[in-house]
Amino acid sequence: MNTIVDAQGSGSSGGSGSHSLPRQAERGVGREEATSYLTAGHGVKSWLFTTDHKRIAILYALTITVFFFIGGAAATLIRMELFTPAGDLVSAEGYNKLFTLHGVIMVWFFLVPAIPATLGNFLLPLMLGARDLAFPRLNLMSWWLIVIAGAFVLYVLVMGGVDTGWTFYAPYSTTYSNGYVVAAAAGIFVSGFSTIATGLNFIVTTHTMRAPGMHWFRVPLFVWSIYATALIMLLATPVLAMALLLIMIERLLGVGIFDPALGGDPVLFEHLFWFYSHPAVYIMILPGMGVVTEIVTCFARRRIFGYQFMVYALLSIAVVGFFVWGHHMFVAGQSMYAGLVFSFLSYVIAVPSAIKVFNWTATLYRGSIVLDAPMLYALGFIGLFTMGGLTGLFVASLPIDVHVHDTYFVVAHFHYVMVGGMVSAFFGGLHFWWPKITGRLYPEAWARFAALLMFFGFNMTFFPQFILGWMGMPRRYHEYPSEFQVYHVLSSAGAVVLGAAYLLPLGYFLWSLRYGQPASDNPWDAKGLEWRTASPPPKHNFPSTPRVDEEAYDYHPPRRPPGGHLDHPSDGRPAS
Amino acid sequence: MEGLSFFPKEASTFAPRTDAVFFTLLGLSAFMTLAVAFLLVYFCTRYRRGSKARHGGRVSKLIDLEFEAGWSLIPLFIFLFLFTWAAGQEFTLFYPPKDALEISVVGKQWMWKTEHPGGQREINALHIPIGRPIKLDMVSQDTIHSFYVPAFRVKHDVVPGRDNEMWFEAKEPGAYRLFCAEFCGTDHSRMIGTITAMPPEDYARWLDAQPTGETLVAEGRRLYHELGCSGCHEAGGSVRAPPLHGLYGGPVPLEGGAVVTADERYVRDSILRPKSQVAAGYKPIMPSFQGSIDEGELQALQAWIRSIGDGGKEG
Amino acid sequence: MSDPQALAEQFDDLGQQRHAAELGMWIFLATEALFFGGLLLGYAVYRHLYPEAWFAAARETEILIGTANTAILLTSSLTMWLAVRAGEEGRRDAVTLALGLTATLGAFFLGLKAYEYYLDWDNSLVPGLRFAFEKADPEHAEIFYYLYFFLTGVHAVHLTVAITAVLVVLFLVRTGRLAYQQSATLTVLGLYWHLVDVVWIFLYPLIYLPGRSQ
Repeated sequence: MNTIVDAQGSGSSGGSGSHSLPRQAERGVGREEATSYLTAGHGVKSWLFTTDHKRIAILYALTITVFFFIGGAAATLIRMELFTPAGDLVSAEGYNKLFTLHGVIMVWFFLVPAIPATLGNFLLPLMLGARDLAFPRLNLMSWWLIVIAGAFVLYVLVMGGVDTGWTFYAPYSTTYSNGYVVAAAAGIFVSGFSTIATGLNFIVTTHTMRAPGMHWFRVPLFVWSIYATALIMLLATPVLAMALLLIMIERLLGVGIFDPALGGDPVLFEHLFWFYSHPAVYIMILPGMGVVTEIVTCFARRRIFGYQFMVYALLSIAVVGFFVWGHHMFVAGQSMYAGLVFSFLSYVIAVPSAIKVFNWTATLYRGSIVLDAPMLYALGFIGLFTMGGLTGLFVASLPIDVHVHDTYFVVAHFHYVMVGGMVSAFFGGLHFWWPKITGRLYPEAWARFAALLMFFGFNMTFFPQFILGWMGMPRRYHEYPSEFQVYHVLSSAGAVVLGAAYLLPLGYFLWSLRYGQPASDNPWDAKGLEWRTASPPPKHNFPSTPRVDEEAYDYHPPRRPPGGHLDHPSDGRPAS
Repeated sequence: MEGLSFFPKEASTFAPRTDAVFFTLLGLSAFMTLAVAFLLVYFCTRYRRGSKARHGGRVSKLIDLEFEAGWSLIPLFIFLFLFTWAAGQEFTLFYPPKDALEISVVGKQWMWKTEHPGGQREINALHIPIGRPIKLDMVSQDTIHSFYVPAFRVKHDVVPGRDNEMWFEAKEPGAYRLFCAEFCGTDHSRMIGTITAMPPEDYARWLDAQPTGETLVAEGRRLYHELGCSGCHEAGGSVRAPPLHGLYGGPVPLEGGAVVTADERYVRDSILRPKSQVAAGYKPIMPSFQGSIDEGELQALQAWIRSIGDGGKEG
Repeated sequence: MSDPQALAEQFDDLGQQRHAAELGMWIFLATEALFFGGLLLGYAVYRHLYPEAWFAAARETEILIGTANTAILLTSSLTMWLAVRAGEEGRRDAVTLALGLTATLGAFFLGLKAYEYYLDWDNSLVPGLRFAFEKADPEHAEIFYYLYFFLTGVHAVHLTVAITAVLVVLFLVRTGRLAYQQSATLTVLGLYWHLVDVVWIFLYPLIYLPGRSQ
């Protein structure tokens, strides 16, 4: 079952007109380094102005790693401060600036670009069998934009910070804050264009550049997840950009539409903000779902259970995700009817998420499972995402939300989804595709250890926060009543473990770049077009355009069931 | 206030209902999480590579579909039930009982100011009787705050430029935490206080022991004269302006044909931006009081106008 | 006369490239719609809350200039379409002529818009800098004018970009450096121009017409 029929000429004439290069099999491990994308050009300029999607992915990865550790440092200081009830480590203003910085950096400069702009950028063309994204220069521009945006945020950091919270609620941000609101908002505004450009590129690429034979229901679910993510990026981000522009003008010129002193309504800003920021949560989690699907199928040697349901689930999350933003405003004076509608839709959106969890679990059935590091991360993702998703039902319920809104319960909930879910998936994906990206194997034992440590550290950090929130501890508190201390201490202790677990991969990944064993083209024996080219891939990905003649995740041959009919390609499709 | 605990006190009539929803969801979530975790561990053990279990092969198409339909529809029905039930618990929160004790609250950076109907004022504290609905009329002087009493399971944002209201009924005497739950600036975490719930007789005694300032309504009436409102709004004034007695709660025909109800928002707008809604038959000559009165004074004026409104008696 | 220069290396053929470029522009237009959509939501909220101030403020807009500008912009969409059409037929002179007309009309629009801003300044209708309004509650009239300047300002920025793009393409076509018949450039440019036009078609009734019937 060869996925690809290429210049070697076995079978149909897909690549007849193309320039044929030596095939991977002939090159094997000892292939000429000169052909890889990493060595296709030398010097700083060949990187900073590259239009190769793989190099841009590396640039993104380096950028967001820097931001991840800045945001992580802020989180460390926050957890240290909260070790005791009194505000003794940093000042109240310092604390407010820390959590704002943590939120702004982690949301816009880590989570949103994390999987799409690194793994997505690297893998999308490879998985589709394309030579590059549709608009390579636009892709480069996206990266430059996020660097410029990051410069704004670093400027804010150096000059003394901003203390509005990542939500920038008016009128605090427009009138009362003393921080560098305009510069921070400008940074996010610019990063928005980066996000939009990336999303546009991904959608057009998926539509127009699939290899021959790759029809829509043969596309890997990672690509589907990136596609659904890109839809949200395109339709939600402009609203945020506009809302932040209004905030900047209101703060600079003293005219605007949010401050009640100017005749405006602060709740309008909340609506505009959450119209972006709720869908943005799905920007942050959908790509993680895609990564987990790739990993689970590979390490269980199974086709994904219910491929089409997985696709529909992704798309319905992306669409319904646009209509639940009001559940962030249950206690902001929204009418009862609005509250009911948003609560209802928030329950509805849990259904596709549940479908995905069940399908991943069912995929394991009758598998041939190996618990390598990527699989450990993926299993961790499923567990933590299940908890994050289920606690989403709590905050979707009106009476419970009235109690736990703006408490640590919400903090724990979204960290379970963002950190337990997304970051686990990101690390899983990083391990899974590390051999493809760098051509080196990472040390497996260390990686498994780090994965387990991350799982335990994470739960220890954030599970106590559920209890804190249920007990009534409000978020964004610099000082707190002493009855909450036990849980804060537990949480801070967990954060130490979690911090160590994040540093480990940084160490052994760097080590593996130099000392890791060279990876073969397909070390996991995985399906998917990206494994059919060299590790690391040549500049234009494939010697010639591949041709696809099988379903995604073809890990085991379709079986002729006792009934007699061959359940080949239309497996799992709902009978209409 | 207490030592290690997993469970906040249930001190209001809302609390048991909120908790019932909470624990139902908790049970369901625990079941689902454990079921998924069990299956993950079970499959990973049984179907580990090299085990004796049967690997590979395909579950037939029919079973696929049945499973998919099952685990799409069953959660959907459970969620629909939960939504309906949870939402049903919530209706009452939107409709304060008519006989509620009304207390006015002003939130500002970084304190809560409360005032009882008899004019007793407190800062970062509120004494209330148990067994009686309490309605809070809340305004903010600056940015968004949020009035949160965990033991009562109630919270409501205090959005500037709006009249925000919430209600609850305490059922157990005690001292409970009051938090500001919406980030409001540097000392957000110090914008906390204590709610003291006491039996009605104790509450009455407590009220008597307080120095009674002017009541809100009396303050409103005083401001009405001091600010010169009465010069125009009283019959026989030099300039003709709509009379305020009997105004509140009734319909107001506007210049241009529209009709609005004279509610809190209308009164607020008419004082701060008189030109926005001009009553039919009058000239738009009233000056704006934006900036010359603060939120507390505005609240007093609203209270007085309400007290002389439709069906109300001057108090 | 297939021009190899027209095909970027990531594409297999011109058809694929054309499809990608056009799809890309359509998607970009969708994000633009959402960008203006948020602003129009703000507009709708305040118009609903404060209709009197809104109508009074809108009655003070320069309807003559607004109407003239609408006519100018609609005409420019026609000339833009002519340019695209001529491009498909490979008539270079017609393309340059139509593009030239389009850019000129766009510049006319901006000129009139600038004059209108000048009149607004004269009439003290510029929020934050010079604003005095007697006819209704000034605060919400100011919000109207704030949104007016914001919406028309953002629109003018878009139009400026569009005019620049038209001039660049005009130059490239004229000097023979663009395979305008094969590539999607003219179509994509046209789409963008029409978006700028369509946005204005929404803005015109929202800004100039409220309250005029009274």
